[in-house]
Order: sequence, then structure tokens, then C-alpha cells
Amino acid sequence: MSELDLNDKVNEMLAKSEANVKNSDKTFVRPEDEIREVVAPDGSIITVNPLYDYFSNERPQVEEPKGGIVEKFLNWARAESIWVLGFGTGCGSIEIPPLVTPRYDMFRFGVQMRPTPRQSNAFIISGYLSVKTLKRVIRTYEQMPSPKYILALGSCTINGGMYYDSYSTINRLDKYLPVDVYIAGCMPRPEALLHGFVKLKELIKAGKAEKANEYARNFDEYKANQKKIIKDWNMPDYNW
Amino acid sequence: MKELIEKLKSKYDLQDEVYQRDNLVYATIDKSNAIDSITYLRDYEGFSHFVLMSCVDWIEDGKFQLLYLLNNPTTKTDIGIKVFIDRDNATMTSCHHLWKSIWTYQRELKEAFGIDFPGSPRVDENFVVEGWTDIPHMRRDFDTHEYAEKTYFPREGRKSYDPSEYMKQKLDPNQPVTAKKSKDDK
Repeated sequence: MSELDLNDKVNEMLAKSEANVKNSDKTFVRPEDEIREVVAPDGSIITVNPLYDYFSNERPQVEEPKGGIVEKFLNWARAESIWVLGFGTGCGSIEIPPLVTPRYDMFRFGVQMRPTPRQSNAFIISGYLSVKTLKRVIRTYEQMPSPKYILALGSCTINGGMYYDSYSTINRLDKYLPVDVYIAGCMPRPEALLHGFVKLKELIKAGKAEKANEYARNFDEYKANQKKIIKDWNMPDYNW
Repeated sequence: MKELIEKLKSKYDLQDEVYQRDNLVYATIDKSNAIDSITYLRDYEGFSHFVLMSCVDWIEDGKFQLLYLLNNPTTKTDIGIKVFIDRDNATMTSCHHLWKSIWTYQRELKEAFGIDFPGSPRVDENFVVEGWTDIPHMRRDFDTHEYAEKTYFPREGRKSYDPSEYMKQKLDPNQPVTAKKSKDDK
């Protein structure tokens, strides 16, 4: 980038920053989320509220177990194919890569990694969660299709761990999202993670991994807890 | 280094110089002269590399101490310019025109200590924490433990006992004699 381009960029940013100060007024709405008017293909002008028009705002629905042999069969199938989304912002995520190596080999348990929440049903949340990352975790969790399970990895998700007195790190994950299996340790070894998967499979097969439904039932309570700490709530309430 | 300090003394009323090492010296400069002296050091004395900028909260004196650390790559020397500013309505002249990396430092200090740098680009935007509404979190009067307990549902800790007290409570003195006692009997 030439010096001239850089100067242009700097001036642009300066102008933007001044504009932001004028418009902000301590509200947390981002410029791209502001209500605006757009021209539709047929030429008419329509008002768009991105937070409400671009996302679903329907509440999550409780999906009652079907019961009987059908449910048993479904649970067996679910337990044998756990597709994992790893959320590796904490220190614990370093324990996930060894699982894909021949030494630990999580594929023999029917567990495999996926790159997107749309394809996964288990969510490994590793290590400490700051309020900033919790916001992303909530968005990601709500984008996963049901039935979905959360494995909370490491002591930070249980009681805050060594960050129990931090101003930016949450203490208990289960107040904000429903946790199926806690894997304790700082850090848990890959074997502990595998044990967590085995435990999760047992829970699913026994029909006890119903936390996605619990989230739907106690949706208001969870949302209230989440909004208590995420003060700049600039996303839709439910955004699957 | 000494020559440079003497020169600065005559020019900018420099005080309290501390020779930390042969190639590192700290000195305090008045708020009004600070940016002038930094510009002088950069343009005429070869301190062309801006190392870092930090802040210390001297809550007892009601002051913030800003530190500008500059490096001269040719002579391999460092100079730290300390500037004391008032803690209430903390404001400092921005020097983002000297080095662009100062933008980030000033934005961080605005968030963490609440020091305003008027005119600094994007200084009002979030730096690390999002949507912070309490007092700036690196100020010393902000109690992080208390805030965490108030905000984040602390989990009750495990019960712990003093081992000797616990054993005293556990062992009933009226219990029949143990093997040790019977040994004494013999």
C-alpha cells in the first residue's frame, strides 16, 4: 500500500470515528444494524430493521421425546454419531487436536469434528469464557439443530477456575446455557475428554440428555441471565 | 545519555531522572511539555521507535502516571518519559500524529483507565471488553472480586476442615478402646 493510499485510509477512519462519536450516544447498535430504507427490486422503498427482519425471532420449541422403542432407536443412532463443534478460545482447546490422532482416536467412538454449527450436535466449550466470548457461544449454540448437547471442558466452565474473581470472565456456564456433561480438570487430559464422550453417550442412550428441551422450557430465565451480563445485546433474541 | 538529559533539562524542565541502566533512563516531564519533548526526541535525537505507552494508577496521590517509552535504534538507548495527570477528569493531549501505533494504546487506556485523548482516532470504541458500563476496570478503586461476585453467580466452594479438629470431632471419646490402647495395657 502506498503512502498516499494509507493517508486516505487514515483520513477516512478519522472521519468515521468522528461520525461514530456523534451518533453513538452510548447505545450499542452497530451501524450495520441500524434501521434503514432500501429499494426493493420492484422499485418500492421498504424499511428494514436488520435485527428483526434478517433473523428468525421465533422462540425455541420443546420437542417431546417420542417414547417407546422409536425413541430408543433414535437415541442409539444419536449416541453413535456425535458430531462436534469445538469452540476453542480457552486454553482447553489444545486438548482437542490429540483426539484426532491415532493415539486417542475419537473416531472409534463415532465422534467427529465439524466446521460449522449447522452440522453439529455436540458443542465443546473449552476453558474460560469472557462475556465477549459468551456472546458468540450463545449465538453459535442457538444455530445448532436440535437435539444438541454441550460438553463443558475444564474447571473454568464449572466455577470460574483460576479466573473466579475476574471482572470479565463468567463463573458458571450452566446459568447461561444448559450443560450436559462437565469435564473437570485444569486441564483435562484427552482421556478425560474421551470419558466425557462416553458419559454423554450413556446419557443419550438412557434418554437423559434432554438439555436442549430444558433450554426451550426455561428460555426466559436463561435469556434474563444472559442479558444481565451482556449489556450490549445487539443481536436477535433467538437467532437460529 | 547524561548529555541528552542535561539538554532536555534546559529545554523542557525535566525532573527526577533515574538512570536505570547505561542505556535506559526514566524522567518526569510536565504535562504541558510532554508531547513537545517527545516530538523533539523523535525528530532531532533519533528516538524514532515508539516502544510502548502504559499507565500507573497512583490513587493515593490522585494522579495517573503515563509512561512513553522511546527507543533509539542507532545508539540502542531507551528513554521513558513519565507524565503525571490528574485522576479526576483525566485528559491527556493525544500524540497519535507521531506514531500510528499510539492509536491503539490510547484506545486501550481510555477503556481501562478512563483517560481521554481528545482527537485520537477511534478512541471511544470498544477495545477489549464490550458494553462496559461500570467504572473503568483497571482503576484501583474498582474491586474486581466484588464485581465478579455480584455479577457472575459464584459457585459455593467446597467445605474444608482442619484435619486435627475434624478427627477430634469424628472420634468419639466414649468409644471402646482401640488397638493402640490395648497395646498400652500390655
